[in-house]
Amino acid sequence: MSGHVAPVRRPLITGSKTYHQITEDICRPTETAPSLSWIITFIISVLCLGLFAFSVAWTIWVGIGSWNLNRTINWGWDITNFVWWVGIGHAGTLISAILLLFRQKWRTGVNRAAEAMTIFAVMCAGQFPLIHMGRLWLAIFIFPYPNTRGPLWVNFNSPLLWDVFAISTYFTVSLLFWYAGLVPDLATVRDRASGLRKKIYSIASFGWNGSAKHWQRWESLSLILAGLATPLVLSVHTIVSFDFATSVIPGWHTTIFPPYFVAGAIFSGFAMVLTLMLIARKVLHLEDYITIEHIESMNKVILLTGSIVGVAYLTELFIAWYSGYIYEQFAFLNRVMGPYYWSYIGMMLCNVLSPQIFWSKKMRTSLFWTFFMSIFINIGMWFERFVIIATTLARDYLPSSWSYYVPTWVEICIFIGTLGLFFTLFLIFTRVAPVVAIAEVKSILKSAGDQYIGPHAHAHHGHGHHVPAGANDHAAGTTVDIEDKDDTEIH
Amino acid sequence: MEGFTATTGRNILFGLYDDEVKLLDAVKAANAAHLDIDEVYTPFPVHGLDPLLGLEESRLHQAGFIFGSIGCLFGFGFMTWVFTRDWPIIFGGKPYWSVPAFIPITFELTVLFAAVGMVTVFYIICGLGPGAEPRRLHDRITDDKFCIAFDATDLGEADVDDLKAYFARTGAESVHNKVVPA
Repeated sequence: MSGHVAPVRRPLITGSKTYHQITEDICRPTETAPSLSWIITFIISVLCLGLFAFSVAWTIWVGIGSWNLNRTINWGWDITNFVWWVGIGHAGTLISAILLLFRQKWRTGVNRAAEAMTIFAVMCAGQFPLIHMGRLWLAIFIFPYPNTRGPLWVNFNSPLLWDVFAISTYFTVSLLFWYAGLVPDLATVRDRASGLRKKIYSIASFGWNGSAKHWQRWESLSLILAGLATPLVLSVHTIVSFDFATSVIPGWHTTIFPPYFVAGAIFSGFAMVLTLMLIARKVLHLEDYITIEHIESMNKVILLTGSIVGVAYLTELFIAWYSGYIYEQFAFLNRVMGPYYWSYIGMMLCNVLSPQIFWSKKMRTSLFWTFFMSIFINIGMWFERFVIIATTLARDYLPSSWSYYVPTWVEICIFIGTLGLFFTLFLIFTRVAPVVAIAEVKSILKSAGDQYIGPHAHAHHGHGHHVPAGANDHAAGTTVDIEDKDDTEIH
Repeated sequence: MEGFTATTGRNILFGLYDDEVKLLDAVKAANAAHLDIDEVYTPFPVHGLDPLLGLEESRLHQAGFIFGSIGCLFGFGFMTWVFTRDWPIIFGGKPYWSVPAFIPITFELTVLFAAVGMVTVFYIICGLGPGAEPRRLHDRITDDKFCIAFDATDLGEADVDDLKAYFARTGAESVHNKVVPA
């Protein structure tokens, strides 16, 4: 297992863990009673979910007129929230698929939770197009099935239909990928459980027994699913951007949209992963598995994608000016200085300027600033979608029909409600399944554990064996002085 | 073995190791001694184990390719049939058979079919699924123990003693005996 490890690699698992300790640490949250903070957060989430049910029921009962959409602005918070959630749903598959292909070992600490987050975020995203239909019970019409209306088929040339296929394929493949990875870990939980829990986990773990042939097929499956999911994840947000880019609205009809949307999606997804993981590692005591190394790696991805998004914003403005086409120029001038100038400022500030602090290693490795930035980016990426959708529509071709849009309480409650749905599902997940991929973490222990590599490596588990969980943050946070100790031999 | 009869099942003699390096060495020793390993169980995929056990490379990717091809042809073929035969409609003055517009859905269906087909095949050939109960020898195998199992059903006392000596020699932490359904 061990093989050669480059000397620049820092440990990804701290606390001199043994295989059994890894099992203990990661299974513990599923085996103990929930903490008070979990219960309080869960109650708040469920209340928000109740708000979702109420406001959706209100929308269906009263009709879409309960939203502030009008003939000019026919997409508002609904599609803004849809794109925001789909974007968040991109990080999980990116981490599990693309980073698997690139053999990035740090993915093992965060891939499970990130994939779960992906699935829940896509579920939240899916709510908006469904509710937006107004007649929810006719939602089945979006699928091409033999029907008694002709049969009348759907329009396969429409990007909105491509979206249906992209999102449902993405959801299905993410779910299969996630669950296939979960099966061996659920078997670990099963073999530690007794009574009813053992029965439930026996069913959930599909009878996994860890035989060599099964592992071989499992690895083969993971690799091919990663290969399939990589173009898939890029295609999904490309197709979401086609919803806008293939229309003939100035400000939307741009070829830059697909790469710009994909970078933005990865950007916002990583921000949400960081928000969740920073809380989860603290609450579930997983500091040894989700280390400062992991957080720093993710902050580097955030810096890269945030800068790509920034370049895209500026390119848009430049091309609008360079096109010499006054309607295009007006659309972008309006975007920056029109009635929604405040959302453009918010977007630029949160997405482009503030992530630049991550050029500094001190900032990248600071838990406070990482958490602060992750929230900031989530807000900024929401503003981006709002800027693209509402500001463009608010000033359309006919000045007589120009309008200004503010959401009603129903739209606001639906959005808060999807946050409730998301956190309810995520909190349940942290209680019932291992939040970190146990088997995958074990498989990198000998090449990424701190007793094998890094400045404190020692072959025979001697000194510094029991580092208290809290002390690791401090130890890892001050990695700057590791450079001095690099001459420590790996025995 | 104690109270065991051949008709009720198979008698599995297995040793548990606490490290994958010991496991790999033990498998090599078994190969050298021409011992017939029945199965090896590990808590995580151990690289380098497959060639020692003589496991052929998995052919799951072939299944993935076949299912993906079916999805691709089905998606493109279906859209072609709908828009050229069943119900041709002109959208925005474009041809009935507007190939570029079919690419996104064709791609999505290729991925969907490949993934769903391959995962299904994986669970079927491994005999895994809700309610499946394949042989499980020890609870710590999914935790931190690496297991080498021999089928001792038809072995005599001397052969069993040989295996026990082999386990002791290769550093097995413990040796167990379990009767499993045939």
